[in-house]
Amino acid sequence: MGGQTPWQTTGPFFHFGLPWSGCADLTGDTTLGARPDLVQPGHGYGVVENPTGRNAVSGTRIEIAGHVWDNKGVPIIDGLIEIWQANAAGRYAHPEDARNDIALDPHFIGFGRCALDQAGGFHFRTIKPGAVPGPGNTLQAPHIAFGLVGPGFLKRLVTRIYFPEARAENAEDPILGIVPDNRRSTLVAVKDPAQSNLYRFDIRLGGDAETVFFDI
Amino acid sequence: MADPAPYSREDDAVQPPLSFADFKASVVRAPTKPLIRVPHTLTEVTGPSGEGVWEKLMGGAVIDLTRQHSGTPIGERIVVSGRVVDENDRPVPGVMLEILQANAAGRYVHQYDQHQAPLDPNFTGAGRVVTDANGNYRIITIKPAPYPWYNQRNAWRPAHIHFSLTGSAFANRLVTQMYFPGDPLFPLDAIANAAPQAYRDRLVARFDMETAEPFWALGYRFDFVLRGRNATPVEN
Repeated sequence: MGGQTPWQTTGPFFHFGLPWSGCADLTGDTTLGARPDLVQPGHGYGVVENPTGRNAVSGTRIEIAGHVWDNKGVPIIDGLIEIWQANAAGRYAHPEDARNDIALDPHFIGFGRCALDQAGGFHFRTIKPGAVPGPGNTLQAPHIAFGLVGPGFLKRLVTRIYFPEARAENAEDPILGIVPDNRRSTLVAVKDPAQSNLYRFDIRLGGDAETVFFDI
Repeated sequence: MADPAPYSREDDAVQPPLSFADFKASVVRAPTKPLIRVPHTLTEVTGPSGEGVWEKLMGGAVIDLTRQHSGTPIGERIVVSGRVVDENDRPVPGVMLEILQANAAGRYVHQYDQHQAPLDPNFTGAGRVVTDANGNYRIITIKPAPYPWYNQRNAWRPAHIHFSLTGSAFANRLVTQMYFPGDPLFPLDAIANAAPQAYRDRLVARFDMETAEPFWALGYRFDFVLRGRNATPVEN
């Protein structure tokens, strides 16, 4: 023992096995994210609704929707996105975030999944996270960690979403600060003009607006 | 607060590249620009944790895939068990380990699987279990069969079980596949071959009579090694 286990791709049929009912709604208010359409009749499983209490999570409800394109601009319809985030007050529900002066939300875990749809789209419901500490006493702007897996992905691709209204915080963010100026905008969502709580965030593996992916 | 102790990085000697020419689907699904390395912050070292967190999210464990339906699935019943440890050989408890596999004829329950092999009404092929305090897991299933796929001419996947491991850190996620010893398709498989040759055998389970159960099931051992971390947090 001692050495890492190599990654392998998920294969074409894995993304239906990983989502559960409600997996794309981190507030627990809806069943967003399940894909019963992908499973043969009689083989559904893992249906869990309302895991942490409906309408119980604190914070500003937001939605994040977007599409994922491969490096030729073709929509990826069989991938899976995972997200991880702090609560509305900016605390992670994890023992290593021991800042007891910031309240935990007993109803909020902060982890979600969404299987991409037939157009390569995803749609999450969650709450807007607070700012969290960064390296060396810096402050990280509110953000959500994104991971993308799927067939053809030999490893997970990792990125982050930031929020457009947090201009001052984004300008000081220690991770955004590592990203070249001309690519930073690929990590900042765009507010939907027609729905005030909806953020648009597209993920591109190539082209002029190729999303920044992180080596973590 | 002190900066969190970082996890070790992916070992480039061991891990596949993002794009591997023989595995055609990977070529268009890799970014064209290099990844940007970032330090591990609180975001990367945290993840779902605490007693019952996975049950809350996903529901209870499904460890026996042969008892999800009214009848018994066709196929060779097997026990697969092992341990999840980090690179320092420390057990990793509380990891959500999800599995997905084809049935004994090589067919998935997915609507888009067009392989001309029968579905088994008594086998779904999806399960999950959380590792115990010692990092151990155990599942009961049937041995999946190879199936054809679109890659090179006459391409067939070796028999395999997909595993997804989600732990209490965003950084130590692992998705991989377990193969069976002695499978003649293994050396021909473009996906297995994406892992560097010297470490490919880490993907092959060990046939194990200790795991087998008399008059009931044969057994395989398969351990996982996740990225480890330094023990000492960095003080500012």
